[in-house]
Amino acid sequence: MLLTIVTEHWWDIRDLSNLSAKIAELIDAAGGPHWLIFVVTGLLGAGGIIAFIGACAVINIWVERRVVGRMQSRLGPNRLGPFGLLQPVADAIKLMQKEVLQPKTASGLIFTAAPIAFTIPGIWLMAVLPWGRNMVLADLDVGVLFLLAASSLGALAVFMAGYSSNNKYSLFGSMRAIAALVSYEIPIVVALLGVVLFTGTMRLSGIVLFQEHYWVPLLLLQPLPFLIYFISISAELNRTPADVSEAESEIVGGFHTEYSGMKFGLFYAAELINAVVVSAIIATVFLGGWWMYKVDEVVPGWMIFIGKIYAVYFLFVWTRGTLPRFRIDQLLAFAWKWMTPMAIVNVMLVAAEVLLWEETGWSAGLLLPAYVVINNALAVGLIVAFVRVFAPKFQRFPTGLRMYSNIDVPALPAVHPADAAPVGTPAS
Amino acid sequence: MPIKSAPVEVNIGPQHPSTHGVFRMVAKIDGERIVDVKMVVGYLHRSMEKLAEERTFTQNIPFTDRMDYLAAMSGNLGYCLSVEKLAGIDVPERAQYLRVIFAELQRIASHLMATGTFINDCGAWQTPVMYCMRDREKVLDLLEMTCGARLTTNYMRIGGVAFDIPEEFLPALDRLVNDDLPYRFEEYDQLLSGNEIIMMRARDVGVVTPETAINASLSGPMLRSAGIAWDLRKADPYCVYDRMTFDIPVGYNGDAFDRMLIRIEEMKQSLRIIRQAMHDLPGGAHKTDVPLALRPPAGEAYSRVESPKGELGFYVVSDGGPAPYRWHVRSPSLINLSVLKEMTVGQTIADAIVTLGSIDINVGEVDR
Repeated sequence: MLLTIVTEHWWDIRDLSNLSAKIAELIDAAGGPHWLIFVVTGLLGAGGIIAFIGACAVINIWVERRVVGRMQSRLGPNRLGPFGLLQPVADAIKLMQKEVLQPKTASGLIFTAAPIAFTIPGIWLMAVLPWGRNMVLADLDVGVLFLLAASSLGALAVFMAGYSSNNKYSLFGSMRAIAALVSYEIPIVVALLGVVLFTGTMRLSGIVLFQEHYWVPLLLLQPLPFLIYFISISAELNRTPADVSEAESEIVGGFHTEYSGMKFGLFYAAELINAVVVSAIIATVFLGGWWMYKVDEVVPGWMIFIGKIYAVYFLFVWTRGTLPRFRIDQLLAFAWKWMTPMAIVNVMLVAAEVLLWEETGWSAGLLLPAYVVINNALAVGLIVAFVRVFAPKFQRFPTGLRMYSNIDVPALPAVHPADAAPVGTPAS
Repeated sequence: MPIKSAPVEVNIGPQHPSTHGVFRMVAKIDGERIVDVKMVVGYLHRSMEKLAEERTFTQNIPFTDRMDYLAAMSGNLGYCLSVEKLAGIDVPERAQYLRVIFAELQRIASHLMATGTFINDCGAWQTPVMYCMRDREKVLDLLEMTCGARLTTNYMRIGGVAFDIPEEFLPALDRLVNDDLPYRFEEYDQLLSGNEIIMMRARDVGVVTPETAINASLSGPMLRSAGIAWDLRKADPYCVYDRMTFDIPVGYNGDAFDRMLIRIEEMKQSLRIIRQAMHDLPGGAHKTDVPLALRPPAGEAYSRVESPKGELGFYVVSDGGPAPYRWHVRSPSLINLSVLKEMTVGQTIADAIVTLGSIDINVGEVDR
C-alpha cells in the first residue's frame, strides 16, 4: 500500500509531528542529552506556530478587506499584485514608516507595553490546540482552562492601553472593555463547561478524539454553547456587533485612539490574530478540529484544521460586515439576561444527560442521536422563550407610518394683525 | 472614604468621525450618561449671506450649491423661486417640471446618504453606506448627464433651468425610477426596517415631542416623525407639486427610527412624483429670457421649498440694484439641530451619536 509506505516517512505531510519524531530519533542516535529533544522539538513547534500566526495576520488583512468589500458591493483591494494580494505588505510598510506619536501625558512604559501585551496571549493560545493526531505542541491536561485564562488577558492589555493614553475617549473604551469582559467571561466559562462535562476531559486533543470516537462534531451535541461562545467571544474580541470598546462612530478609536505607526499596527494585527485564534478554538472544540469523518485519512489533518479555521473566520467577517453595533448597556444586559441563564440551563441538562449515560450504560449509538435532538430542541426552545420574555419593549405606539395625501393648512388671517382696523373705541 | 466622582467634559467634535463635518458638541458625561450638551457651530462659516450682497442675483446661485452640498438642487430651486417672486418672473411649464424632477432626484440622493450614514452611526461597518452610495451614484450620474456636475450642480437659473435635458436623459431616468430604485428601496425596507439591532439602537432614542417640534420650528422628517403632517409641497405648493399625486409619511413616536422610516418612504414617494412629472413633461422653452444683471424692483420676498432636510427658506431684499441688499437663508439643518440638547440629555453617548445622525444635518448648511 502506497499510503502505509508514505506514512512511515518523516516527510509525510499528513502529520508534521513525524518530523519532530525523526529529529528526536536523530538526537537519540547521536547520543545527545535527553532534554535537548524537548528543547529542539519545542522550539520547532513554536517557530511553526509563530510563522503561521504571522502569515495569518498578513493574509487576513487581505481576506477581511476583500470579503467585506464583496459584501459591500465593491471590489476591495485589487491593485497591488495579483488580486491585490500585496496590499497587506504595502499597509505594513506604510505603518512602519509612520511616526510613532506618544502623548506627553501618557504613561510611557504601559503605553508601549500595551500593544505587545495585546498580541502575546493570542500566540500562546495556539500552543495548546491540536493540529493533527499527534501534532500538538503542548498537550495540556487543563487545556480548556488555559484557553479561558489566556483569552481574557487581551482585555487587560486593552485596559492598559486606554488608561495609559490619558485620553477621555481611550478611557471610555477601556472602561467598556472591562465591563464587557466581566460580563462575558461568565457565559463563556459556563458554555465551555457543558462541553467539558460531555467529553469528560479538559485536554483539547481529548475533545477532538471524543468527537472522532463518537463520529459527531460537538456543534450538533452542544448547539447552544456554540452560539453563546461565538457571540460572547465576539464581544471580547471587539468584533462589530459588539465592538463597544473601540466603537469608531462613538468614541473615535476607543482604547487605541492615541496610537499610531507600528504600535497601532500591532493592535491591528493582534485583532486579526485573535480572530484567527478564536476561530481555531471554535474549530477544535465544536467542529472537530483536524478530524472530519473519513476525510482526514486522505487529506492532512492540519489542512482540514486550517480549512475549518477559515470557515469560522468567514463567519466573523460576515457578522462584521452585516450587523450594526449594540449599545454598551444592551450588550451587558444581553450577557446577563440571555447568555448566562441559557448557559446554566444547558449545563444542567448536560449534567443530567451525562449522568444518564454513565448510570444506565446505554450505548452511545442510541443515546447520542437522542441527545442531538434534545439539545437542538432545547436551543431553539430557549431562544424562542427568551425572545418572548426579554425582547425589548419600546412600543409606545404602533410601529410604522401614517400616510397623508392631503394636509389641513390653517388659514392665515386675510389681513396682518398690525394692519387690521383697530377694534374698540380709541381713547379720546 | 467616599469616592469623589464628577461629570467629565468631553469634546465630541469638531474632529470626530460621526459629527458629519465640523460640528462640535461639548458633552458633560456622568459615566455613560449625558448630563449636559453645549453645541458649538461656526467652524464652517463662510460668510455666504454677506458675500451675496456683493454679487449679482445670478452670481449668487453657486452659493446655494455649497450650502447643502448633498442637496444642491433644492438650494438652487429655493433661491431662484425667491428671486422670481421678487422680480415677478414667470417660469415656463417645462422648466417647472424639470425643476420638480431634479428636486426629487436630489431628495432621493440626499435621503440615501442620510440613511446610510445614520446606520453607520449606529455602528454598522460601512456596509449600508456603501449600498446607499451605490444607488446615489446612479442618481448623480443623471445629474451629471444634464448639467455636467455631480455635487455642486448650479443648474437652476432665475427664470428656468440652465440647460434642457439631453436626449438620453429620459430613457435613463425611466430605467432608474422604474427598474433600479424601486427594487433597492424594497431591499432597504427589508434590511433596515425590521432589523432588531437598529430597532434597539434607534427606537425611543432622540425623541421629539410634537410640542417641542412646533415650538422649535422644526421641519422636514424631524417634524413629521413627531406626528405632525406638514410638508411644503402640500401645504404651500410651488412649481407644479399641486398637480402631483403623492403621500406624506408621518411617524408616531418622534424617535430616530421613525425618521429613518420616513426617509425611506419619502424616497418611494419621490419616485412616484418623478414618474408623473416624466409622463406629463411638456415641450417648449426651458428658460425665459432674464437679463444677467437682473435688477428686481425694490422690495422683499420670502420663498420656501421642502428640501430633503426640511423647510429651506430664502429671504431676499432688493433696493433696486443688481445685487441683493440683504440675503438671508433659513437653513433647516441649523434649526433642526437646535433641539439636540433636549433630545440627548439623559441618554448615553452612543444614543447622542445616533440622534445626531438621525437629524441629518449638513454642516455646510448649518454654518453657511
